[in-house]
Amino acid sequence: MKALSQKRRHPIAGLALLLLGLLITGGLYSVASTMNQAQAATTGSTYSAEDITEGEKLFNANCATCHGYEAVGTEDGPTLVGVGAASVDFQVGTGRMPMQMQGPQAQAKPKQFNDEQTAQLAAYVSSLGAGPSIPDEQYLDTDHEDVDLGNGGTLFRVNCAMCHNAAAAGGALTRGKFAPGLDGVSEKHIYEAMVTGPQNMPVFSDSNIKPEDKRDIIAFLKEIETQGSPGGAKLGSLGPVSEGLFIWTAGLALIVGFMVWLTTRSS
Amino acid sequence: MSEQSHGGPEHSGAVEHAGVEESGKYAIDNPGIPPHRPRLADEDPRAAKRAERQVAVLFGISIIGTVLFFVGYFVVGQIGPDTEIGTVRLQNMLLGLGTAFSMLGIGVGIVHWAKTLMPDHEVSEARHEVRTEEDRQVAVGMIDDIVEESQFKRRPLLRNTLIGAVALAPLPAIALFRDLDDSDNRSELATENFGVERLRHTMWDSGVRLVRDPTGTPIKASDVTIGSAFHVIPEGLNELPPTEHLNQKAKAVVLLMRLDPQDLQISPEREDWNVDGIVAYSKICTHVGCPVALYEQHTHHLLCPCHQSTFDLTQECKVIFGPAGHALPQLPITVNEEGFLVAQSDFHEPVGPAYWERG
Repeated sequence: MKALSQKRRHPIAGLALLLLGLLITGGLYSVASTMNQAQAATTGSTYSAEDITEGEKLFNANCATCHGYEAVGTEDGPTLVGVGAASVDFQVGTGRMPMQMQGPQAQAKPKQFNDEQTAQLAAYVSSLGAGPSIPDEQYLDTDHEDVDLGNGGTLFRVNCAMCHNAAAAGGALTRGKFAPGLDGVSEKHIYEAMVTGPQNMPVFSDSNIKPEDKRDIIAFLKEIETQGSPGGAKLGSLGPVSEGLFIWTAGLALIVGFMVWLTTRSS
Repeated sequence: MSEQSHGGPEHSGAVEHAGVEESGKYAIDNPGIPPHRPRLADEDPRAAKRAERQVAVLFGISIIGTVLFFVGYFVVGQIGPDTEIGTVRLQNMLLGLGTAFSMLGIGVGIVHWAKTLMPDHEVSEARHEVRTEEDRQVAVGMIDDIVEESQFKRRPLLRNTLIGAVALAPLPAIALFRDLDDSDNRSELATENFGVERLRHTMWDSGVRLVRDPTGTPIKASDVTIGSAFHVIPEGLNELPPTEHLNQKAKAVVLLMRLDPQDLQISPEREDWNVDGIVAYSKICTHVGCPVALYEQHTHHLLCPCHQSTFDLTQECKVIFGPAGHALPQLPITVNEEGFLVAQSDFHEPVGPAYWERG
């Protein structure tokens, strides 16, 4: 101890300390990142090494412009480390990514990659950091015997309806953003959206809404999709806007028509 | 008092003297009424018969509409919890169409009847002259008579008791409206019953756990990942009787969100109100009380769907757009020893609309 205290003012002591510090940081980082990879391997289910290399090629060719190499993010796009396979499957599978252009939000369009390529991209991105994986089939089965449609409806109205509309027809948000309608969205994509929170949607992780409850919500959405409106034309289920427009045009036209008929003389 | 008439049937009693009196009196001569043109049904008995049938068909449609309504109401049957949505749709359709046909059938039928079959002779009535000063005097005399004969001036006892009775009569209404305010948090002081006092206190209190709406399960701080939004009610709310449950829920609902703590701009007195970036805000808009729950996790905006009031979560829910007048009240939260999120206290200000004095 005495020898150490005598040498601490030696010219190369600072250099030695710096080297030691770097060594420890580097060592810890490599340990941490292998742990991260191990975690990714456990959550990322069954991707082969080949999927990951193929996915990397696709990523570098199509996504790295905005998300950067190794998906670290650039000014034009966020980092994708830790977003998980579910996020990639949702964004690429619904055609939202690659984005056509920068705007208030990425919009769904015909998808650019086939299922195999999407899986490869998901494999690559999930290998970069642990995140939500693609949902288990049993939580997408809306005909499962444990499904409770009433529970799904209640949870939907509490957690989702304020943005997506009580009839899941979608609605406006601030500054050009909007919550899309949920008609025709696949079970898997609904689940993935809840668990990853794409773009401005909040995350509804499994610790908030249990996977079984998510299945109830999906089953409820599929139910109202097939059952339709309980009374007459629903006019897009958009509430006072479309209903008001209808009554102010069609309704007023009808009244004007009656007025004209009332005041004309019979032939 | 002149009347003009054309084409009336002989027994109509209308007098025909168009333009006789007024001739030469005005710059433009009274053009009179255009010549009467008989309708098809007036001349052709077959057309009249046809019009009669049309009216009968319209009344028949009305009868069918009423029958349709009762088919929908009784034959389709009672709507219960097990009713298929298709049945509800059928019933709604039958009720709506039935009512529409039964009303429109009568209305359109009567108008068609009047237009085609009933006599259509034109009649014009001249405007009455403005009343003369003499008439006015007569009216004033009547009022004077009433005052005199009612003995209103002569018997002040009657007058005064009448004024007293009329003045007191509206008071029961005040008592009725006052009793609408039957909440438990009613204060002893009548002046504090209405308005803001009811919103000053909610179910939140020191140590009350934050639980999920609607399941009532408690929330661990570790459950709330960054970007999450939880819809939260106070523990114990679900155990209340139905009416009380709604009354309390309407005031106590909270939105729980987690941000990167670096994104939060926290004022000094609220430094310990969040748990590692987990913040809880009242969900009741300060404009007119709609639930503000449209949360954008990247922009950290909270949007009210009714009037587009927008609150910035990073600035303690300051209003950045729209008609709301105040920031959303923040619920101070902490974690208990078991790791569950609990309230530190009630809200520090009344929740909800700010159109009254908040004191």
